Amino acid sequence: MAQGGTGAGVVIVGAGHGGFQLAASLRQNGYDGAVTLIGDEPQLPYQRPPLSKDYLSGKIDLDLLLMRPEAFFAEQRIELLMGVAASAVDRAAKTVALSDGKRLAYDHLVLATGARNRVPPLPGIELDGVCYLRDLAETEVLKARLPDTRHVVIVGAGFIGLEFASIARAKGIPVHIVELTERVMGRVVCPETSAFFGRAHQEAGVEFSFGARVERLGGDGGKVSHVVLGDGRTLPADLVLISIGVIPNEGLAAAAGLKVENGIAVDDMLLTADPGISAIGDCASFPSRHSQRNPVRLEAVQNATDHARCVASRIVGKPYAYEALPWFWSEQGDLRLQIAGLTTGYQQVVLRGDYDKGAYSAFCYAGDKLLGIESINRPADHAFARRLLAAGRHIAPAQAADPGFDLRAAAMARG
Amino acid sequence: MPQVTYVSHDGKSTTLDVPLGTSVMQAATLHGLDGIVAECGGSCMCATCHVYVNEDQLSKLPEMELGEDAMLDGTASPRKPNSRLSCQLVMTPEMDGLVVTMPETQT
Repeated sequence: MAQGGTGAGVVIVGAGHGGFQLAASLRQNGYDGAVTLIGDEPQLPYQRPPLSKDYLSGKIDLDLLLMRPEAFFAEQRIELLMGVAASAVDRAAKTVALSDGKRLAYDHLVLATGARNRVPPLPGIELDGVCYLRDLAETEVLKARLPDTRHVVIVGAGFIGLEFASIARAKGIPVHIVELTERVMGRVVCPETSAFFGRAHQEAGVEFSFGARVERLGGDGGKVSHVVLGDGRTLPADLVLISIGVIPNEGLAAAAGLKVENGIAVDDMLLTADPGISAIGDCASFPSRHSQRNPVRLEAVQNATDHARCVASRIVGKPYAYEALPWFWSEQGDLRLQIAGLTTGYQQVVLRGDYDKGAYSAFCYAGDKLLGIESINRPADHAFARRLLAAGRHIAPAQAADPGFDLRAAAMARG
Repeated sequence: MPQVTYVSHDGKSTTLDVPLGTSVMQAATLHGLDGIVAECGGSCMCATCHVYVNEDQLSKLPEMELGEDAMLDGTASPRKPNSRLSCQLVMTPEMDGLVVTMPETQT
């Protein structure tokens, strides 16, 4: 698609990492048309990963969270509409209706609508003290409450739950994590890595109930005071963090008649079935080169920003199929977890490094095929893993397991 | 206040005040400088805040830790002996007058 069109330009719905990056990349690529960035939160676009880490712990302030200062948007001629939601898309007219009653025309529409918290239908879910950790407003609530919190219960042992547990424990607050499955981060890491992290959190004083279901949240005067589990146990809690994952925001696309299936369905160019509409980031389900072309939906900064660069390049007439290697990270206390690739469907795990000392990598294989690498306090392995996997280069399980094997040389090899 | 000069790949230079305790990366993104992406927000996880430091100022910098050294092997533009990740360059009085050049690409 060439530049130009009607002059309506590019309208981006969602001002998270993907939406912001798309606006910035359009200008970096010399796009000259109008760029409108719509965000339903009141503040300038900001970075989300530090929310559950340095921002919540108080290490950095709000100004350091911002993607760019306000002047950047004016200089780059990016029109920011903050505190506004898109309510409907008229594909025939190529317009977007906004929550403030306005209607915007577009030449190309990019849905970067992200995801929202999964809220379990539990009795007591509406009680004061039941919290979430996905956006800035939710983080501010947690930050304000933590100093007076006496007992934390976390529902769900994923990245967010565990990162929050680390911060609460560092403040000396008792933490109990209730997890439906038998291990931490079960959806994203291998059992060996789950076991390692589970043990590390236990050593830091976190209590776990695995294979446990929350029955209801109990309160006192409208404030949460305890959590009742399926087995009848009662846990004291004046702060309950619900961290059981997110749901893609696909309603706008679905209502416009676009295909949605665990996210907004797009092709390997990140284009929906409508040539005027793309979808990127957490809300997009796309066929990945790293998942044998099966549709995947990823919740990651890397995914959102690389998607954005791909779509920006297409809009200025330099299209390419999206092939970027997915990678993820989490910081939990002193532990750094970095994941390169998509490990879904692995059959074999090969450990490299010192598992017991907490500096190792888990190489995940399906047959002989290396799917992904989880590195725990082994940043060099992660850097090499990203190079290896992006280049589609192979290393055999026996090589991965051999401490004498030169991973660096394999990763840095040319051709 | 200490200052840092950022030189873009095409030679344009910008001098910023960088408060003590703020990283060279944070000051750049705070001012909206192109050329430093800092995708992970400054956690030494992504290698998209890569800079080349003026050779004769290398000794004034905080020592490189293992994590930074490792991530520098994953930069998009070539790693050189004067490569650093700017998120790890937290401003000290000795670093006043630092000059960093931004690579051709961060991603």
